[in-house]
Amino acid sequence: MASPKTSAPVAFSSLLSVIKGHFGEVVLAHRSDFGDDTIVVQRERWLDVLRFLKDAPSLAFNYLVDLTCVDYFGQEPRFEMVVHLLAFESGKRLRVKARIPEEDATIASLVPLWRSANWLEREVYDMFGIRFAGHPDLRRILMYDEFEGYPLRKDYPLKKSQPRVPLLSPEREEEEEI
Amino acid sequence: MGLNIDYEHLNQELKDTLQKARPAPPSGFVMAKLDEAIGWARKYSIFQYPFVTACCGMEFMSVAVSHYDIDRFGAGMPRFTPRQADVLFVVGTINHKQAPILKRVYEQMCEPKWVIAFGACASSGGFYDNYTTVRGADKIIPVDIYIPGCPPRPEAVLDGLIMLQAQIQQEGYMNKRKALRKQGLKELHGQP
Repeated sequence: MASPKTSAPVAFSSLLSVIKGHFGEVVLAHRSDFGDDTIVVQRERWLDVLRFLKDAPSLAFNYLVDLTCVDYFGQEPRFEMVVHLLAFESGKRLRVKARIPEEDATIASLVPLWRSANWLEREVYDMFGIRFAGHPDLRRILMYDEFEGYPLRKDYPLKKSQPRVPLLSPEREEEEEI
Repeated sequence: MGLNIDYEHLNQELKDTLQKARPAPPSGFVMAKLDEAIGWARKYSIFQYPFVTACCGMEFMSVAVSHYDIDRFGAGMPRFTPRQADVLFVVGTINHKQAPILKRVYEQMCEPKWVIAFGACASSGGFYDNYTTVRGADKIIPVDIYIPGCPPRPEAVLDGLIMLQAQIQQEGYMNKRKALRKQGLKELHGQP
């Protein structure tokens, strides 16, 4: 069921030109698959671009739907941040991405823009080890504090567990591959 | 539909236990072996602690309420403090983050105590085989009865409970007490 829209969604091409007019060459790539508009932006301008997308009256992407990360192990740069946005007024959706290199796995926190980014960024930190500059409380959220490593990284051994209490019997046979 | 509980059998079992009193009581008292009488009393007054962590909990509720009515077996009283419970139901997936909690709950229970692993995850980790899941509650605490199923049917749970009751009946109060006392003395003094 479609919700009533008070203004027509801005076309992807005009969105791109609005961003270009404001920032210059900040969008590294863009595509639109089956109506899903995606832009890849420079990591250094991450917070600026998202603040503009949120605050510019003609865009007004005011709702942070999801924030997550992908590990493209073997590619360079290795990680990719993914943010899904929704503009309540127009019903327009947008996906914003930024690549992050492994050796400097940091990116600006979006908590100043959306408070809901707090736990989402903690989860990405917990699972992928991305550090969010400016996050007010960057701790693990799902795993326990003494857990070592980041379990959703592709180079974390699939079945490697880190028990907190002594086990009465080993979890698997010695020779079994983890 | 539902289970056919053989109440006559249960009554007969009680009669048999009491019948073992020899010679037949003249009136006003009965005689029985202490171990058997205590075992019989214990197995029909199970106070369970449901440690429910996942979807198996729905099946546990189904067993607990009127359709299957676990109270028919004397296990109708869930206690939500381990101090008052004597059977720990580990219902659902146990992950490494929770393991210390499960261990503490078990340690807080008073003897005599038993543990039932309810469902595939509590028995073996189920299909979870990764960084987060404990491969069965028996990696953390000793388990007496394993109930398979994902989740188990209520009939399977009742079957597991009946097996536990048989185990409780067999256990023997006096021997267990002697063994525990020995173990306690050993821990106190180093030597028995």
